[in-house]
Formats: sequence, C-alpha cells, structure tokens
Amino acid sequence: MPEFEPVIGLEVHTELNTASKVFCDDPTVFGAEPNTQVSPISLGLPGVLPVLNRAAFEKALKTAIALGCEIPERTTFDRKHYYYPDLPKNYQISQQYEPLGTKGAVDIHLKDGSTKTIRINNIHLEEDAGKLIHPDTPAARGLSWVDLNRAGMPLLEIVTEPDIDTLEELEVFMQTLRSILRYLDVSDCKMQEGSLRFELNLSMRPVGAKELGTKTEVKNVGSIKAVLRAARYEIKRQSELLEAGERVIQETRLWDDDRGETRSMRSKEVAKDYRYFPDPDLPAVRISADWMGRIRAELPELEDAKRRRFVAEYGIPEYDAGVLATDRALADYFETCCRMHASPKAFSNWIMVELLRELQNREMEIEDCPLTAPRLAELVRMVEQGTISNNIAKDVLKEVMETNESPARIVESKGLSQVSDEAALLAVVHEVIAANPGPAQDVREGKEKALGFLMGQVMRKTQGKANPGVCKALLERELGSG
Amino acid sequence: MPESAVKLAARLRAKEISAREVMEDLIPRLEARNRDLNAYVTLCPDQARKQAEEIDNRRAKGEELSPWAGLPIGVKDVICTQGIRTTCSSRMLETFVPPYDATVVRKLKEHGFLIVGKTNMDEFAMGSSTENSAFFTTRNPADLERVPGGSSGGSAAAAAAGIPALTLGSDTGGSIRQPAAFCGCVGLKPTYGRVSRYGLIAFASSLDQIGPFAQTVEDTAMLLGVLAGQDPMDATSIPGPVPDYLAGLHGDIRGTRIGIPGEYFAEGLDPEVRAEIEKGIKTLEGLGCEVVEVNLPHTEYGIAAYYFTCTAEASSNLARYDGVVFGHRANESGDIVEMAAKTRAEGFGAEVKRRIMLGTYVLSSGFYDAYYLKAQRVRTLIKRDFEKAFGKCDLIVTPTTPTTAFKAGEKTSDPLEMYLSDVYTTTINLAGVAGLSVPCGKDSKGLPVGMQIISPVLGEENLLQVAHQFQLAHAC
Repeated sequence: MPEFEPVIGLEVHTELNTASKVFCDDPTVFGAEPNTQVSPISLGLPGVLPVLNRAAFEKALKTAIALGCEIPERTTFDRKHYYYPDLPKNYQISQQYEPLGTKGAVDIHLKDGSTKTIRINNIHLEEDAGKLIHPDTPAARGLSWVDLNRAGMPLLEIVTEPDIDTLEELEVFMQTLRSILRYLDVSDCKMQEGSLRFELNLSMRPVGAKELGTKTEVKNVGSIKAVLRAARYEIKRQSELLEAGERVIQETRLWDDDRGETRSMRSKEVAKDYRYFPDPDLPAVRISADWMGRIRAELPELEDAKRRRFVAEYGIPEYDAGVLATDRALADYFETCCRMHASPKAFSNWIMVELLRELQNREMEIEDCPLTAPRLAELVRMVEQGTISNNIAKDVLKEVMETNESPARIVESKGLSQVSDEAALLAVVHEVIAANPGPAQDVREGKEKALGFLMGQVMRKTQGKANPGVCKALLERELGSG
Repeated sequence: MPESAVKLAARLRAKEISAREVMEDLIPRLEARNRDLNAYVTLCPDQARKQAEEIDNRRAKGEELSPWAGLPIGVKDVICTQGIRTTCSSRMLETFVPPYDATVVRKLKEHGFLIVGKTNMDEFAMGSSTENSAFFTTRNPADLERVPGGSSGGSAAAAAAGIPALTLGSDTGGSIRQPAAFCGCVGLKPTYGRVSRYGLIAFASSLDQIGPFAQTVEDTAMLLGVLAGQDPMDATSIPGPVPDYLAGLHGDIRGTRIGIPGEYFAEGLDPEVRAEIEKGIKTLEGLGCEVVEVNLPHTEYGIAAYYFTCTAEASSNLARYDGVVFGHRANESGDIVEMAAKTRAEGFGAEVKRRIMLGTYVLSSGFYDAYYLKAQRVRTLIKRDFEKAFGKCDLIVTPTTPTTAFKAGEKTSDPLEMYLSDVYTTTINLAGVAGLSVPCGKDSKGLPVGMQIISPVLGEENLLQVAHQFQLAHAC
C-alpha cells in the first residue's frame, strides 16, 4: 500500500483597504447598517456604469509588483456571470483574460531553517458581492434578506500554483502572505471581518509520484486556523478513500467550521459556465513604465529587511526581531514604543510575552488594542523608575485591556505605587519577623529559602506594593544574614 | 417648412414668446396627435408647465440662461429620468422610477430644456419597428398604417410630427437613423463615446450611443452640442473639447470628397430608394462636392457580426433583471431560482428572450471563440474598411434603409427579415464612427426616404456641415 502526500494550492481573496468601492464612490466602512453604503451603481440599477477606482488599482498593482509578478503593458476587465441574489448585476466584474499580474513568487522560511518558493499563478482585481442574511425570527422564517453594503468592495484574488506540500508550508505561506499584504498597506487582513478569505485546492498522490491526483476545491474557509483544519480533514478523507481503493471525486466542497468537516456542494451549484467576456464598459488599463516606477519607489520595507534592521538598530536578539517583524502593525508598534522610551529589549519582552498573549486570548488585532504604544511605553517607564513592580505592571496591563484606561491612572486610582520608603517598610518587616520566628531563625542560620518565604509575607501584607529590593535588604539587615 | 427649435429659442430669448406659451401651444397639439401616433409611453405636461414657468420667471429676473432654455423635448424611454418612470417599453420596468438622472438628462435640465414625456420604443431597444413595445405600437406620421421604424420609433414619430420637434433616441444598430429615415426627420448617431451613456439603459454597451432627432440638421447640431463631451461617470466617453457645431454649419464644403460604397447599392435595395439617393448625390455634386468610389468589402458580414456582438452583450446586460432590487418581481416564488426564472418569464417579451438566449449561447464555453471572438475579428476588419475608405474620402453616403417604411405587422412573423432592415446601419455602430440620416425625397407612395451620411470618428462637424447645406439645397 503506497503512502500518500498532499499537493495544495490556494486562492486568496483579500479586500483592499480603499476609502471607496472599486467601481463607484460608495464608502467602505465595515459594519454599517444593511444597505446604507450603496448607490445606483453598486445596486446595479438600469443604466449605471462602472468607473475604475484608481486607488484600488494601484494597491492591486503594488501587490503584484511586491510579489514579483510579471506586469503586462495593458490589463482588462471581464464579466463573470452567475445568478445569485447578492450579486446585483448577476455578473461580477473580474479579470480572466488579461490579469494585472502573472508568474509571481512568495518565499517562505520554514522551521528547519530552509526557504521555499511558492509560485503565484496570477493576481487580479475584482468586485466583491453582497451578503444574504437569513433572519431567525418566526415571522421571517424562510425569507432571505439581501445586504449590499459589501457589493462592489475591491477584492484582490491571489492564485498560487500547487506548490504547497505540507501543513507547515501551508501555515507559513498564509502568515507570510498576510504579513506582506499588511506591510504593503493594501489590506487590513482582518479575518473576523472577512477581509482575508481562502479557497483551498487539495489533492493526494503517492509519495514520490510526479502526476497530480484528483483535487477538491474547499470554499468558505474564513481564517488561517480554519484552512489548516480543513486541509487536515481533507488529507484524512482523501487518504482513506484512496487507501480503500476508491476514487476522489473532483468537486467543490464547503467547509463547515462548527462541525469541523467539508461536505459536497450539490452538483447543480458546481456545474459552472461563467460565460466570461471583456466588459465593454471598462477600457483596458495601460500600465506605463513611469507608473510602474513610481509604485515601485513607494514599496515599503518588507519583513526580511525589517528583521535585519531591528537587530542592527535596536540590538535586540534575532529571535525577537523575527517575531516583531512578522507584522507591519506590530513592528510599527514596537518602533513607536522605542521612540518614546529607549528600552528596546524591555519592549520586545513585553510585546512578545504579555501583549501577544492578551491579543490572542481576545482575538484582537493590534490596531484595536487599548494598550497603545504610548501606554506600553508609560508602563515600562513606571517599572524602570521603580514606581511599580514588574508583577504589578502585568496586572496593570490586563486592567488597561479591560478598561481602556491609561496605566498611570490605573496605578493612581488603585494606589498601586510601589512602596520604597524604608521607614514604612521596616514596621512591616518587624511584624513579619515577630509572627514567623521559625523561618526567621532559619534565615539567621543562612537558609536562603526561608528568606523567600519572609519576602512573600511582606508582599502579602503590602498587597504586592513593597519594593522587592528595599524589602530584601531590610530583612537581611534585621536578621543579620547579609 | 421644417420646424426649427433654434428659431423658437431665438424668439424665447427675445421674449416674443414665453416658455409657458410654448407649452400651452404644444401640449394640446401633442395630446391630440399622440392619440393617433402613440408616440409616448409617459407624458408629464404638468411638470413641463411648471418648469416652463420657472424658466420664464428666471428670464424675467434677468438671470443668465442657456440660449436653449425653454425648448420642449421628448426623451426615449430607455434614458433614465429621476422621478419620471423609465420603462424601456417593458413589463419588467413598467413601474420603475429611477432615483437618478442620466448624464444627458442632467445636461438638458442644466440648459433649461423642458421634458414633456418619455417616448415609446421596441422593448429594451430591440427591434426595428417599435412593434416590440410591451405596451402599444407607434404609428408613422407619414402613413398611420405603417411603422415608424425602431427602436426609437416614438422619438422619430414625435420629432417628425413636431410634438415636439426635438427628441432624444439611442442607436445600437440603426435605432436612430432607420426610424428617422422612415418618418422623414433628421437623426444622428454620434461617434461612439462622443455622448455619455451614463443613465442609458444598456442593450449592447459597445454599440449603444445616444443621439438627437430633429426636423433640421441645424437643430441636430445644436442638440449634439448640448449632449456631447467626456463624462467622468462613463469610462468609454471620449476626452477633449466639443466643437461649436452650430458655428461650423455654414463653412465652405466645396471639394468635400463623398465616398460611394458599391456594397450599399447592391441587391436588396428598393429601386425607388436608389433613385432618390442618386438624386441626393447629384445635389451634393451641385454643392461642389466631389464623388469618389470607395469599397467596404466586409459589409456582407456586418449583420452577422452585429447580432453575435449585440446579443452577447444583451444577455449579460439584462441579467440584472431578476426581481431582487428593482423592477417586476413574480409573486409566489418557492425559492430564489424560481423567483428569477418566473420574473424573467413574465417580464420580458419574445424578442428580448430570443436575444438573451442567442447571446447566452454565443458566450457559452466551447462556442465563445467561434462566435463572439470571431465576431470581434470581423468587427476589426469592418473598422479597417472604414479607415481605408476614409483615406480616399471625407464622408461616405449610402441609403439609410433598403426600403421605405413597411406596414405594421408585415415583418413581425419573420425576425430575420426584420433584422435585414438594419443592413446599412449596423456596420457604422460596429466601426464606432458617426452616421446621420437626412430626409432625401419620397417614394411613389409619398413615403420619406433617408440618406445616410457617415463620418470618421469625431467627424461630426464636417458631417453636420454637409448635411445642413444638403438639406437647404435639396427640394423634398
């Protein structure tokens, strides 16, 4: 029985972060009341015409250039036809015949230190569809409501070649691409808001075989985590079929995130003839060498370059620099902190350990984090100045996340300032020694462990506000062990 | 004598007549004549009267108005008018009231034109006789038993009958020029992109163009000047300044080379029409024009290339009529698929359905190359034919139609026969050049004959100049 290995390709849809839609000037704010960000054009009313949003096109072009694509001298738009109530014209303006970028590549760095190139087949710009809402109230049961706020949002589709061979590669590729898109400032890539979506193409073949097996296409996968789960599920499902001597059917499958499984879409929905043809309303876009040059000059520093600079400029370890540079917003956050207070290593520790954990627990993006860079700088400054202890600072950080108050205000209002006043602490130290004669004796006899116990008691009595350094010195002096 | 809107505008400016008086004269005449012609789907006399009063008030206050302020105009019901229902003569849009104005309508309003109503047409501009209107058939003012042509039959009949003498049409394969010829008025299909299509309900986007109807070439030139120009809302509109078409009308046309393509005078051309066109050419020679022979060798493939192209685009443009956001929606639908299917079955007429089916087939995978792409290659050849011909001549003259107006019902049973009435006009849309039909005599039944004058891209100035001097010189 041969062993099977997966072959994976991705279609990545990312919503571009422009102020207006791709073919009209409707605003693009997320989460507005249904059907409030619409106009005759995005509603597809009779007689309207699309006009290309130059900002959206430039973001798409920037991405294509950053991913090393071949850029044609002209690119065109085509109509892709299918009937669905969330698609007002019943065709989507997309790019089929002359996309704006082909033959790109993304390099990914794997755990074993190796680098692999994932080829990009093409990148093209298109418009998003609206959404159907299925109301759950008894009166509206069986009805579908249409919200067209999203209709006409600029969508960039990035199609890879089937170059991904392992789940690790799949995960690293998605993270790397997300990082690039955020670095380029072309998309927020907020998966919760659907601004980064994936379609997974996966097939299995006997280990070492050259020929590709029959693939399935998995739609409706909304996050990196979900793609990995869906891929794992499909690998298992297809392997079991093949091992049982059965065939994989070429089909489109839907990912059900709640059940953790893919299931076949009805064949009617799969039978597709999109009847692509060039959109007569949109002239070809000519991409001059000048234009290309201007956009190339605007490309920001990407992840690899930034990682190297962080090590050189801030003297932080390679590992720290790697973590901070994975995401442009995170890297910017770190640099803002460093500009306000020159303690790079302290910031990288706080960001990597406390902040990232908080963000992950709360499924929050750094841009939305109540602990802004100035607030973290303030927190670290308070620790370094001895105003609060490290442990108190961790509590304050959590409090900031909960209440969106500034660290200084929290420290002040809760009376968390560290007590460093010897006179104040000496009374507590005497109290603790008197209440714990045994451990006190142990300390006098040089048993280090007992000193820790007594320190703990002092901390308890001061609600953690005692300056640990001052406290230790006092205990040692009083017990004559220092 | 043809009615002149330009002269009426001069009287309005001189305050010899008020806009209100123009309306009070027009509306009863229009309503009476329209009972015979059925040229209008929707009339809005109250609104027009009110706007006439506003114009008069503004003029009385000494405000600076457009020279054309106060002129009445009819608009084909394929052009969106905010607050006035726009039906495309289709059940699908019978109650559709656009929330926005087409760019041309906005321009008309800015110039103080008064829209008196929306004119009847073949449903979604698909047809050559206005018999495909879902509501009623429009009659030809020259002979009420005959069709006015189409698809802009309502606009042509209204302009020819002077109710009012200015109207807007749209032309995808001859829909302005053919009815202008049948009804005996002037109709211009401008260069593709000269006039904004924003707000023109699309039939075939790469061919559609809005243009004026009038009784005189002078009025046609005036109205084109109002309509033309690049529009940021239409990416296919052409940049650059708009010439003063009116000022150019009187220039010297001696030595203008008129190309006569043999392909347009071949089999199928009614001998009486041919005789009238030949007289017309003599008149042009009399004006000092020089006649040269030219060739447009790919003409015979024009109709096929046209129908592949326009049906493909129509099948796409008309996909949006599914009952979800606007227009007709079928009752009692089980699910979304059934809702769209029933809505379309009920809302569209036979010719529209026929073209959607044809176009869907043309674009289907496996047929796309053989039909759609091949038609585009033919289109390129036809475009080159014109470029070559315009190397030898300044303008091309042909008959507008092979026959004069036919009787209502005569061709409704045979769509192919109907399609052939556009044999001389579709190639002009495929090439994207400008074409104008000007009255050129009558046949023995007294029916108008139209002569088509074709110019290169953006050659409207010269085209209108020659047509204007021809109209003045040629005794009808």
